[in-house]
Amino acid sequence: MTDTTWDPSKPILEIENLSISFFTRLREIPAVMDFSCTVMAGEAMGLVGESGCGKSTVALAVMRDLGKNGRIVGGSIKFKGRDLTHMSEEELRHIRGSEIAMIYQEPMASLNPAMKIGAQLAEVPMIHQGMARDEAWKLARQIVADVRLPDPDRILNAYPHQLSGGQQQRIVIAMALMSKPALLILDEPTTALDVTVEAGVIDLVKDLGHKYGTSMLFISHNLGLVLDVCNRLCVMYSGEAVETGNVKDVFDKMRHPYTQALFRSIPLPGADKNSRPLVAIPGNFPLPHERPTGCNFGPRCSYFAEGRCNAGDIPMVDVRDANRHESRCIRIEEIDWDAPLQAGKVFEKTPVGRVVLKLDDLKKYYSVSSGAFGSGSKKVVKANETLSFEAREGETLAIVGESGCGKSTFAKVLMGLETATSGQIMLFDENIQSTPIQSRNVDTISQVQMVFQNPFDTLNPSMTVGRQIIRALEIFNYGKSDEERRDRMLELLDLVKLPRAFAERMPRQLSGGQKQRVGIARAFAGGAKVVVADEPVSALDVSVQAAVTDLLMDIQRKNATTLLFISHDLSIVRYLSDRVMVMYLGHVVEMGTTDQVFSPPYHPYTEALLSAVPIADTRVIKQRIVLEGDIPSAMNPPPGCPFQTRCRWKGKVAGNLCETVMPPVRVLEGQHQIKCHLPDDVLANMEPVIKIAAE
Amino acid sequence: MFFFVLRRIGVMLLTAFALTFIVFYMTNLPPNLEKLAKSEASVRMSDEAVASWLDENGHSGSVFLRYAQWVGIAPGWVRLEDDGTTKGRCIEAGMTPEEAPRYCGILQGQWGFSTVFKQPVSEVLGRSLGATGWLMFWVMAVMVPTSLLLGVLSGMREGSRTDRVLSTFAIATTATPEYVSGVILIAVLASATAGVSPILHGWGWISGKTLFPGTATSAMENITFMNFALPVATIALYGIGYIARMTRASMTEVMTQQYIRTARLKGVSFRQVVMKHALRNALIAPFTVIMLQFPWLLNGVVISETLFNYKGFGWTLVQAAGNNDIDTLLGCSVVAVFVVLVTQLISDIGYVFLNPRIRLA
Amino acid sequence: MQDALTWGQIIAGLAARLFPVWIALAVLFAASFGFKRKLGLYGRIFDSPVGMIGFGLVMFWVFIAFFADMIITHDPLVQVSGMKNALPGSPVKGMEGAYYLLGGDHLARDVFSRVIMGAREVLKIAPAATVVAFMVGITLGLPAGYIGGKLDTSISFGSNLVLAFPVILLFYLLVTPEIRDTWIPTTLAAILFIFPVVFLAILFNSRFFTNPKQRNLYVGAVLVIGLWAYSGLAFNADPLGVWSMDPNVLNVFVSVVFVNSPGVFRIVRGMVMDIKTRDYVAAGQTRGEGPWYIMLWEILPNARGPLIVDFCLRIGYTTILLGTLGFFGLGVTPESPDWGSTINYGRRLLAIAPHPAVVPAIALMSLVLGLNLLADGLREESMKD
Repeated sequence: MTDTTWDPSKPILEIENLSISFFTRLREIPAVMDFSCTVMAGEAMGLVGESGCGKSTVALAVMRDLGKNGRIVGGSIKFKGRDLTHMSEEELRHIRGSEIAMIYQEPMASLNPAMKIGAQLAEVPMIHQGMARDEAWKLARQIVADVRLPDPDRILNAYPHQLSGGQQQRIVIAMALMSKPALLILDEPTTALDVTVEAGVIDLVKDLGHKYGTSMLFISHNLGLVLDVCNRLCVMYSGEAVETGNVKDVFDKMRHPYTQALFRSIPLPGADKNSRPLVAIPGNFPLPHERPTGCNFGPRCSYFAEGRCNAGDIPMVDVRDANRHESRCIRIEEIDWDAPLQAGKVFEKTPVGRVVLKLDDLKKYYSVSSGAFGSGSKKVVKANETLSFEAREGETLAIVGESGCGKSTFAKVLMGLETATSGQIMLFDENIQSTPIQSRNVDTISQVQMVFQNPFDTLNPSMTVGRQIIRALEIFNYGKSDEERRDRMLELLDLVKLPRAFAERMPRQLSGGQKQRVGIARAFAGGAKVVVADEPVSALDVSVQAAVTDLLMDIQRKNATTLLFISHDLSIVRYLSDRVMVMYLGHVVEMGTTDQVFSPPYHPYTEALLSAVPIADTRVIKQRIVLEGDIPSAMNPPPGCPFQTRCRWKGKVAGNLCETVMPPVRVLEGQHQIKCHLPDDVLANMEPVIKIAAE
Repeated sequence: MFFFVLRRIGVMLLTAFALTFIVFYMTNLPPNLEKLAKSEASVRMSDEAVASWLDENGHSGSVFLRYAQWVGIAPGWVRLEDDGTTKGRCIEAGMTPEEAPRYCGILQGQWGFSTVFKQPVSEVLGRSLGATGWLMFWVMAVMVPTSLLLGVLSGMREGSRTDRVLSTFAIATTATPEYVSGVILIAVLASATAGVSPILHGWGWISGKTLFPGTATSAMENITFMNFALPVATIALYGIGYIARMTRASMTEVMTQQYIRTARLKGVSFRQVVMKHALRNALIAPFTVIMLQFPWLLNGVVISETLFNYKGFGWTLVQAAGNNDIDTLLGCSVVAVFVVLVTQLISDIGYVFLNPRIRLA
Repeated sequence: MQDALTWGQIIAGLAARLFPVWIALAVLFAASFGFKRKLGLYGRIFDSPVGMIGFGLVMFWVFIAFFADMIITHDPLVQVSGMKNALPGSPVKGMEGAYYLLGGDHLARDVFSRVIMGAREVLKIAPAATVVAFMVGITLGLPAGYIGGKLDTSISFGSNLVLAFPVILLFYLLVTPEIRDTWIPTTLAAILFIFPVVFLAILFNSRFFTNPKQRNLYVGAVLVIGLWAYSGLAFNADPLGVWSMDPNVLNVFVSVVFVNSPGVFRIVRGMVMDIKTRDYVAAGQTRGEGPWYIMLWEILPNARGPLIVDFCLRIGYTTILLGTLGFFGLGVTPESPDWGSTINYGRRLLAIAPHPAVVPAIALMSLVLGLNLLADGLREESMKD
């Protein structure tokens, strides 16, 4: 159904002054206002912004799938010159799936659990091209091979739940490509995946985009990914596009205060918690019905001019001397965009004190019964193998790894929710590895506390904020009276920089970042000495991430806390940690100071991990290392070295050592530990993965 | 899979023994036995006479032993009378003690003798189960397709006018237990003084005094639409509402799933989205519900059969319970427990088969 | 001799008799509407037409039960000669200006007054039995879902046992006159009634154990009042004679609680298994909270939405069960005006005089319908968060 009258030099997608609102019983909530952008043939357009900025709404509007309450209230969306906003359901049906296809965030949820993969794929050409069933399956097989999945025949006959997350996302991509669409919309396609798996999927998307000449609308909150994939970029804030242009222009010569603030709040190489701390954007994202007049970013902007920025609607204007680069700022000509960042607070490096926590040869095995019906043989899952390290007062130790690496199990054992199988955990001079939390005394418990990952889950939704903190104080036997505890609770709110009035609020009235602050206050209620932070900022928006990270560092400096920072995000790890421990399938594969781990010699897994993390800096040149396949299941680890199934260096090791023998821990220079068979000379000659090009 | 079924069957047997024991215990409580003695022998018996009668007829001693004899896993009691004859649980009239089998319980097919119907329990049950079987068949035939259709139609577009109308209907029927719907149906359709019958009769449209007969006794011999419609409707109405609501809930949930959006944005038409993508996923939950409805259906059967005087299983149960007919009541319980447990097993296994996520995991 | 009333007059007469109910409903709705934004979930019922209709129906019957003495026209137990199966609107013989608004039953009693008093019978037992069933289900469901393992297996087995029992059979075994002479009803009552006391005691202890003074006050009060009521209700041994329960009612009450608890147990257990994976539960664990605090204060409040909905549905279900008991003439005295037994006696004469059975049938249906609609409205509103 290709429209023959369409001229390929014209834009594929042309959105003009689009406005979208959602209607509730009480009011109309504008979600997107005056949004314009164009996508040319073969171009990849990135839509970037924080959650709630309206980027997904734009994508759904292009698909005309806004649900019952959403409506396009103004503007037009032209696809190949035809206005989608005025099409009937029937016309839309012919375009959906055949000319515009969409890929979503949750691959598992986007596939029908009760239909075979092949049937779901073959359906597309059968509907749109009226293809026969056999032929459609044949095509499906070919596309499955195209998305680099092994053994296409088996996969076609499988159900979605039999595939791993990465494989499922490849299937979703294959489904989108079945009828070679002209436009592909990707809505955070890799957010649910591990970094090394994400790198593979992103590579695939890029290659297929070139191969089929598909235009792309790529939605992401991750600037690094956009730099990787897109030619052009549109930054959105609170329902409006604030800056559009070529990726390189926007990254290097940004002309909107929000874009600038965004870049200053993400940890790029070179940022450091002491000498070059991140600059968080002050304030909060405005709710859709509480937007200010004039510039939406005004109240948070450091260039705000009273009476001008909040006077009236601000239009998009062209940036001078640039190609298709626009910004929504009226002070664009006045601001000195190249002025260096005013030096923020610079901190002394905190001195590292005595050993607080010492792990020796810690092991944690689970026995699980295999099979869904609990009938098969018992299996042992080795969640943690021989974990040994020390953590000192005031130190930040990062634990890095992807899903299934055993970092959460380790946290549970440390907290006493599980007991260790063997080995030792010394907290100060107390052995706690086999004391479950019920038998720990109050002091021990209050000394080791935890900050959780999901801000929407970390607070009890039916208890006020103040009450939850007071409860922690009660449990830790703090204070003699209710008044004393109440005062302390208010002090804790001060500590995490929340207004005291929040004590009476319910968690649902707080934003994600604020909830996370309450979680931190609760963890420090008993004067914790060791805090385990399990991905504390990964679910937050980037601008909020900086503020919360800052807060953690601040409290750490004040209290000389030992911070165990669990994360998969190497950028933030490099920014804030003193030492790093990399885990893979229950094993510590590399451990050392931050500098040691982030520069060669690497463990092959660390190398791949470093390469996989997208970095939002045009100066960075990365070695592209894409791991094959998925992370093996911890239930069924490979023999020998756990990483051998995906290792690109395996050829450099003589014989089949990697497949048969677990590598020993080797201590290199400066207590840098690596668990690998690679010979010394190979390790010594490794190239750095990340280089910063000279300016 | 095999182990799963095996384990389920194990649990099921354990449940069956536990339940039948409870029933046995509760029907053989001393007051019940005393009543039995008085009705079988003489109403004006002294307490000692009752005790000795019970002793002579094997109703004394440990309840566990009596239960085991009744099930047929312990040898039946044997007792030498003063007059030299040997009486025993397994010794029927005209049988010598040597000919009699050692075990005679439920497992051997000896279900006892009904004191109300003056027949072996197995015959009573056989006849009444046959009658109820037809009733259940028609109830299912009406209830399942209707409720699934209603549920799917209203769940397909949540909040639409069809949905509101059908949901209200479903809620109204779940608020109408069988004894209410039965009474109203009779009053409206089968009463000579109220409802539509007098009007129709006045117009001369029906020759009899009522549109439908108020009883279903004649259906014992010959089932017709006229004599069976009301009892079937009475039972089905409550179930229809319940299953339709379950189906609707399941359907609306499925329709909000991401994969339905995927299908829609692939360009699949709404009809095909419902038929091909939503239906199978949406019917998993109602299937189990239908199977687990059996204990409640049994209630409906009992009420409907009592109300319409249809002499099936439910009617027999009421007669047995009302007249202290211990053997028949026990027989009924065994059948009821068996039916419930088997449907539960089918529901479990069916769920596993319908849901590929579990089957192949 | 007076003339019989026309249908219009009957309806006017009914409306006039129900005058206190209309006033109470009007006041309640006006007040609730005025403050609906401040009343939380209760206030939100008034946002949903379905919920409002349901709530109106339920409150209609609650007020009827409350004002029953003012509403009835005749003593519900008195038989007036010549009024046997009288048609609705018939004048009462020998009484000037008195009518049987909804006719007379097979024993020549006033159907209208009996239905009004029947509402009192139902609303006395159904909500209380449901509350006890919830306490039992929650107290068992929380540890089964939270701790799991063998404890869960055994409690679940027990609850499945009860669920597999056809309700009607259970009633025939449990609610007979003979069984009152045995240990069974008292023992069941002793087991089931201890749960509310245990539940409340644990509830307060887990919350206030850090502050012994407060804890002793609350737990002490619960134990004193609870055990006092317990001794009276379960064993009829209240030394002060305040708490007591008719053995007939006790038998019915206990059976209904017994049948309902496993259903509550299943729901609670499922919800606990879901909620216990949340981070705030882990936060409670890592600060060393006891299991009961986590179950009762961290998990239970967050399961309240579905539980409130189920509570409404379950009162309706209990009402149906009570009706079933009455319908089979189990456990209630023959002259009791409760709806189930009234239907039972009325059904025998359905073909000639349907009104004695139809009136209570419609009453029961409208109450249960009200509860179902209310539950539906609540469910919809609570999902909007």
